[in-house]
Amino acid sequence: MSGIGDRFLAVFIGTVLLISILATQAAAKKLNVVTATTDMAALAQEVGGDRITVESIAKGYQDPHFVEAKPSFLLKLQKADLLIIVGLQLEIGWLPPLITQSGNPRIQVSAPGYLDASQFAEILEIPTGVVTRAMGDVHPLGNPHYWLDPDNGRRVARGIAQKLGELDPADNAYFQERFQDFDKRLTAAEQKWDAEMAPYHGRKLVTYHNSFTNFAKHFHLNVIGYVEPRPGIPPTPSHTIELIGLMKRENCKLVLVEPYFDLKTPNSIGAATGAKVVVYLPSVGGEKQVTNYFDLFDYDIALLTKAFESAQ
Amino acid sequence: MYKTILALAAVILFSISLWGQQANAPNANDQAALEQRIRDLEDRVIALEGKLRTLESTRAPSSPQPRPATEAPASAPQTAAQVPANPPIIPAQPSPNETQAGLASPAEAGQLPVYGGASAASKALNPDVSVIGDFIGAAGGNSPPPLATLQPFPAFQMHESEIGLQAIIDPYARGDFFLSFGEGGVNLEEGYITFTALPAGFVAKVGKMRSAFGKVNMMHNHVLPWVDRPLVTTNLVGGEDGIDDAGVSVERILPAPKGIFLEATGQVFRGDSDDVFQQVQRSDVSTVEHLRAYRDITESTNLDLGVSYARGHNDGTITLPGDFITQLYGIDATLRWKPLRRSIYHSFVARSEFIWSQRQQLPSEQRTFGFYTSADYQFGRRWFAGGRFDWSDRSHFANLTDKGAAATLTYWPSEFSQVRGEYRFTHYAENRDSNELFMQLIFSLGAHGAHPF
Ligand SMILES: [Zn+2]
Repeated sequence: MSGIGDRFLAVFIGTVLLISILATQAAAKKLNVVTATTDMAALAQEVGGDRITVESIAKGYQDPHFVEAKPSFLLKLQKADLLIIVGLQLEIGWLPPLITQSGNPRIQVSAPGYLDASQFAEILEIPTGVVTRAMGDVHPLGNPHYWLDPDNGRRVARGIAQKLGELDPADNAYFQERFQDFDKRLTAAEQKWDAEMAPYHGRKLVTYHNSFTNFAKHFHLNVIGYVEPRPGIPPTPSHTIELIGLMKRENCKLVLVEPYFDLKTPNSIGAATGAKVVVYLPSVGGEKQVTNYFDLFDYDIALLTKAFESAQ
Repeated sequence: MYKTILALAAVILFSISLWGQQANAPNANDQAALEQRIRDLEDRVIALEGKLRTLESTRAPSSPQPRPATEAPASAPQTAAQVPANPPIIPAQPSPNETQAGLASPAEAGQLPVYGGASAASKALNPDVSVIGDFIGAAGGNSPPPLATLQPFPAFQMHESEIGLQAIIDPYARGDFFLSFGEGGVNLEEGYITFTALPAGFVAKVGKMRSAFGKVNMMHNHVLPWVDRPLVTTNLVGGEDGIDDAGVSVERILPAPKGIFLEATGQVFRGDSDDVFQQVQRSDVSTVEHLRAYRDITESTNLDLGVSYARGHNDGTITLPGDFITQLYGIDATLRWKPLRRSIYHSFVARSEFIWSQRQQLPSEQRTFGFYTSADYQFGRRWFAGGRFDWSDRSHFANLTDKGAAATLTYWPSEFSQVRGEYRFTHYAENRDSNELFMQLIFSLGAHGAHPF
């Protein structure tokens, strides 16, 4: 090698090295937690308290299956001590390249700072047998929207607390205490939610995407169909007609729509069946006032009870 | 091993339920305690199930050799083996390499989401395999002048069949291979290992890869927002294959003012890249440097800027006495818009690349310039429309300039295929015009990569 280009390269590499060394300075004392979604962030915040900083990559009103892998997310991942993902391939369309490019060995898949929260939760709709694309796009390992069951919230929080304790043993007792406190508050809240939902056990409803299974199981609701013909596949006219027929036969009067879907098809279904179309929140942060895990259930249960009541 | 766990769980469950039955005459307290116990038990079963899923996903189906402990970490469930396997979207795995350069967002390229994929457990330690077919039909007259570099498309062509093999190798590295089968032969489009756990935030790649010169050079055919490549790419940067060579690449995120993503990439290659660089001696290596700055303007709009430099020996070195160098300078700019609440329905991408070439040759050095500017708009969940303007000198002939324009319409009939029509007008320097119509069908099988960005 010789010439201007080589000198250019040498200077370039030298500069990068120098800046890198300068930049690798004392890390903050708080554990830096980055989560794929706001719900994981909310649960981490519950148990991590003021000993961690936590930030979510996806916004609460965004489709978590289809997040753009923006380079700005790398700035967060680069400094993370812990990355918490929802798992079950929810983030597979965008997170893997971010992890690879982050230049952060702590959060690489299977490193101590990589936590797949799905291992703690009760997972429904795990496909048995061969999975093909004909079954849809986005839930090949089971339903990844498991955080909508408060019991799973508790389980995930316990798992996160344990992980935080492993990464920061000095604060382990603190995290365990925070978890106990969260557990207590959640149990109390669950009693309230269960009571509010009790009159509506067995009520039938339709959701746009298959994101409501765990919620429906916990609160004894009956999801009879989806606006999407298969998870991740946009509505088709024939499926919509079928769904309208089903809803009429079953006397189903509620369509729940995630905030990131177009309301055109749900509204036409509503018009054809007399069902109410309601935008529900699958995630913390879906609306400004929904800032934590408790708010999420408060908000959705208020929506549901109101909708069921008015449908009587 | 997990059968043992299951058996154990069953025994615990059974014995506790027996024990629960013995405690008859339950008063309210006992009842509550019992319920609590059942809940605890349920939690334990769920925890066991989770461990089982984790084990299954990291377990080799019939791996004869014991795997090093590092490969089966407790905290690496499904995704572990899966990461590259990505069953989602887009015509094809964007190589992480591609992604890194920040190419097309799905919308921007009008690429397809492709999901699906095999069950995670069954293929735990096999690499993820994907195949992408790219069929092109062309109509209209194109008789390029003899000195033009533009590749003509035949009436029908199975342009490319790309096989992607991707896997996480261990907690410190991943491997990506992309074999491209044309009608005439096979080409290793890319094949490299990425070291993801280097100290001080460095990420290194070793192997053959598309170099980080600008944006289009890093993109595989199936993630382009067009059927063809811009004139400036064909005239100055080696066309379809571009600067794609064996070597070493190192990148790192640099410290920058808050909110700005700054990344530097430095690459050294053997020095053989189509007709851009040629090596005769071992010392004729080529180098590519890229600096990228990215910023979110709002949550839905962002700006992505890059400067690139490449240097290597050209083919003058082969046939003539002396040392002939080609240097390329590039600037790329991309503006993206995608509203988060409706991200699957609408998006917009505008992009330009400006490239200067300085080619030493006899009798005199040729200094040339070219650019393209393009815009793509997604107006429905499955529909994209776009346009491109081309202007470029030819690298060997600074006095010859080609111009062109193209319009595209892209549709995704399903999540696994893409149909694109393109009208292209080219005005060659020799004052010859061509009007062409292309139809392209891209379809993908198997595991799928993440969206490139
Ligand atoms: Zn989903």
